[in-house]
Amino acid sequence: MDEALASLAAVEQPALLEETKARYLGKSGVLTERLKALGKLPPAERPAAGAEINRVKVVLEAAVQAQRERIAARQMESQLQAQALDVSLPGRGSGTGGLHPVTRTLQRIQTLFHSLGFDVADGPEIETDAYNFTALNIPENHPARAMHDTFYLDPTHVLRTHTSPMQVRYLEAHPPPVKVIVPGRVYRCDSDMTHTPMFHQVEGLWIDPAATFSSLKGVLIDFMRRFFEQDELKARFRPSFFPFTEPSAEMDIGCVICHGEGCRVCSHTGWLEVLGCGMVHPNVLTPLGIDSEAHVGFAFGLGVERLAMLRYGVNDLRMFFENDIRFLKQFR
Amino acid sequence: MKFSESWLRSLVNPSGLDSDALAHALTMAGLEVEALESVAPPFERVVVGHVLTAEKHPQADRLKLLTVDAGQGAPLQIVCGAPNVTVGMKAPCALVGARLPGGLEIKAAKVRGIESSGMMCSEKELGLAETSDGLLVLAEDAPPGADLRAWLDLDDRLFTLKLTPNRADCLSIQGIAREVSAITGTPSEGIAVQAVAVAPLPQREVCVDEPGACPRYLGRSLRLQNPECATPDWMLRRLTRSGLRSRGLVVDVTNYVLLELGQPLHAFDESRLQGAIAVRWASPAETITLLNEQRVELEPDMLVIADQNGPVALAGVMGGLESAVTPQSRDVFLESAFFAPDAIAGRARRLSLSSDSSYRFERGVDFGATRQALERASFLLLSLCGGEAGPVVERTASLPARNPVLVRPARVRRVLGMELSDGTIRELLSRLGLEPETGPQGFQVTPPSFRFDLAIEPDFVEEVARLHGYDAIPAIPPTGALEFLAAPETRRHEDDLAQLLVAREYQEVVTYSFVDRDDEAALSPQPSQAALINPIATQYSVMRSTLAAGLINTLRFNVSRKQDRLKIFEIGRCFSRSATGYEQSKRVGGLLYGLRHPEQWAIGAEGVDFYDLKGDVEALLPQSGARFTAWADHPALHPGRASAVSLNGKQIGWIGELHPKLAAQYEFPKAPLLFELDLEPLLAKDLPHHRETSRFQPIRRDLAVLVPESVLAGDVLDALQAEAPTAVSELSLFDLYQGSGVPSGKKSLAFRIVMQDTERTLTEADLESCVAVLLKVLQSRFNAELR
Repeated sequence: MDEALASLAAVEQPALLEETKARYLGKSGVLTERLKALGKLPPAERPAAGAEINRVKVVLEAAVQAQRERIAARQMESQLQAQALDVSLPGRGSGTGGLHPVTRTLQRIQTLFHSLGFDVADGPEIETDAYNFTALNIPENHPARAMHDTFYLDPTHVLRTHTSPMQVRYLEAHPPPVKVIVPGRVYRCDSDMTHTPMFHQVEGLWIDPAATFSSLKGVLIDFMRRFFEQDELKARFRPSFFPFTEPSAEMDIGCVICHGEGCRVCSHTGWLEVLGCGMVHPNVLTPLGIDSEAHVGFAFGLGVERLAMLRYGVNDLRMFFENDIRFLKQFR
Repeated sequence: MKFSESWLRSLVNPSGLDSDALAHALTMAGLEVEALESVAPPFERVVVGHVLTAEKHPQADRLKLLTVDAGQGAPLQIVCGAPNVTVGMKAPCALVGARLPGGLEIKAAKVRGIESSGMMCSEKELGLAETSDGLLVLAEDAPPGADLRAWLDLDDRLFTLKLTPNRADCLSIQGIAREVSAITGTPSEGIAVQAVAVAPLPQREVCVDEPGACPRYLGRSLRLQNPECATPDWMLRRLTRSGLRSRGLVVDVTNYVLLELGQPLHAFDESRLQGAIAVRWASPAETITLLNEQRVELEPDMLVIADQNGPVALAGVMGGLESAVTPQSRDVFLESAFFAPDAIAGRARRLSLSSDSSYRFERGVDFGATRQALERASFLLLSLCGGEAGPVVERTASLPARNPVLVRPARVRRVLGMELSDGTIRELLSRLGLEPETGPQGFQVTPPSFRFDLAIEPDFVEEVARLHGYDAIPAIPPTGALEFLAAPETRRHEDDLAQLLVAREYQEVVTYSFVDRDDEAALSPQPSQAALINPIATQYSVMRSTLAAGLINTLRFNVSRKQDRLKIFEIGRCFSRSATGYEQSKRVGGLLYGLRHPEQWAIGAEGVDFYDLKGDVEALLPQSGARFTAWADHPALHPGRASAVSLNGKQIGWIGELHPKLAAQYEFPKAPLLFELDLEPLLAKDLPHHRETSRFQPIRRDLAVLVPESVLAGDVLDALQAEAPTAVSELSLFDLYQGSGVPSGKKSLAFRIVMQDTERTLTEADLESCVAVLLKVLQSRFNAELR
């Protein structure tokens, strides 16, 4: 038996194993022969001899099985070794693209306002003179028109100079209370280091019993803190002038770059002008048939590129519209 | 508005506030201080020097040896190289120990062997000018030894205000002083103006034909004794510190009063005027040459001041050249008028002009101070150069109404969202110089003549908030009823489409909505008729009707920067003119260029082709209803590699390869592929509706046929789909082959047919009958032979 176990253990090939197995356990194998020879033993010895043969048989069968598994495992192991890959090689295929930083910023702004229950509306970019100016309390020849360097398509159509006309369009379709933001492209014929003839704004309008100047401040300060993820961000409001709000304000935030130490971005003032806002002017509401005594609201307009530049450290506005793929890829 | 701080402080001097604090207070009150600069850089120990003697330097031709009285007891010996030095002149003298801008320290030293104890200075050396060509010449009455900074008021600072158009009342020192007084509570002196004695000079007739446009016109003749005399230093200093140059005494005085009181004045050379003055609209075809020598063709809505020969000034904008005063003009007709903002606004801009006068009249000039300004200018002129003033001619019609406004404290509190007592509100309104009258509902206040921005209650709410301080208004998160926003599930958002493209490696770009007319013509199936009247540049002159121009130019930009692979998209509006106005719906467009994958070890370097593009476009389209049909005459696309895309029978866009002719024109080494689809139809989405999935085994049969080359695979697939028995659950084309084994003029198409029934296992007979149906379609419709 020891000889049989030793020869089994030495076998490496599956075929040889079966051959060796046959030599001991096969039809004419050693054990089978012994079993056949049992009859020749004296009857008294037969049970013990038979039991011994069976014991050996069980041992050998187990040994065969074990050896079979050993061989299989060894084979598997060498196969796996042969199949091993250089996992450090780069994966196949293409990566992903990315959103433009302005879109990314717009989406971020929308996500924040959406979480406060603001609807998102969209409006025309070729706008009538009436919506862009007159309905916003900017009559013809008003000096405020000079603040907007306007592109004209014909005497009554302009490229909207701000997203504010959508205040009027939205109110025409949705009587107060309303809570909406309007992201979109706007245009001014101005082009230099710090101006591009096209840029993006987000307009906000909230007309509601809860809208007050102090809630305007509350909403916008909170928004800026969430946007820049700076809970301690300072903010201040200064009186300003927009024909379609009264009172009007300009909002400054503490410089997100230098935190008030003074740097080039904030012109060493520690403050950054980020948006214009105010309480909706009765001259906007009244022509729409909305009772300005009953409905108080606030509106704001923020410059998207400005926020994107501050958020991502972009120092040249014009980069946004050059679409250099090496620039854009940085925002993936 | 730029002004000298010391001028302002001569009218109102909030003692607790230094320059920076004053600037902050103005900014926070809505008068944004854009710049606060020093008049002069820091320097010390520079005094007025009186040149007593000037000899040639014995060792140097270009140097002089001076003795200078610098108030130091004994005269100083100073070597000086300035070309303009003369005996008797007064000039700045830097004493030993002085520090000049730039760090120069003055020491007693020998210059070419001669002791020099000090330095005579030019404007440049004191940092007062960029260049100078000699010593700064000081006034004859400058006292030797006086500190130069004090004598020239060089510790003064310059404020530049960025005023909003509603605050025309702050376009003068008096207005700003009034505002500072309101903000800080410091009383303001005001400018005392007395009427000058009237002399019996001839009185010019004035006839205001348009009292609506010119509700008030005042004029007077002046006979000046010495109009050529120099403008005094104190006045010049204030003028130059506000950015105005000296133009002779008379004009300087009118400019001074403009800055001081905010009233534009105009001085005519009386001898150039003929007959009565008329204020009227310009007549057709009238022209005038203005002071700036610009010849202007007047339009009928332009107000003019005319004499009997025609216009002598464009009212409120600029005077005429012909009637302008010169330093020699002894007889002057001085005008002080109130022109209505509507009568002036926009005219200067239309003529590409801007003047201090039109800037103020457009925004509103104090109609209560017209006479005050005329008297002030008369007084200054007569006291500076002598002479006499004639009687004032006044024509006043109906001035702008200043109706009392009710300011309700409860409304103030409602709008601001804060507690503010009635008393505080009253006190704040009083600080503006208003006299609130208490009534049952609130305060009655009447806007003053200099405020054109106060007409309704909200205007006063702003004033109250402003003076109280916007920063003192609390910031409170709003509360209110909560409501869910709608979340339609049968609609995608454009951001979802963008995300889908991003996942397929597309990079979003944002390009201008206006494009080059030539690009538009070359690339658009329907070139835009929406052109800008005033484009910023010719390459941005028409509104795009297709996104292609922006994408192509983005490719061009990047190819020129050695990028050889690009997958980009844009979502934006495209424009066209329609019968009713302008169409401006959003489209999504993309461009594919270069290798299919970035060059890498595991994939061959294959270029993108039409089917890459189509696969991406199919991913954007709804699951059913889209069709692609060849479009041979799209102007921008390869005629054999272009397709129209329609959805539910309506064309929504196109895809294809850029026409080789255009690819060459844009100098692309390879032709890019482009797609463009209307956005709106892509946003609709079906609500999923469950159908039972079969428990029985699906069975696959492949069917390969030869069809004539001209047969379109899509037509075959459509026909098979249409005729397929219900047991067919999937049908797709999995192979296309041409080449050896396939006769020429033919191609082999192989279809995979998956059959399955939800009720039972299909029998062999079922399968065969299904395949037979499909084969029959292939044979009868497409002349197919089974392979």
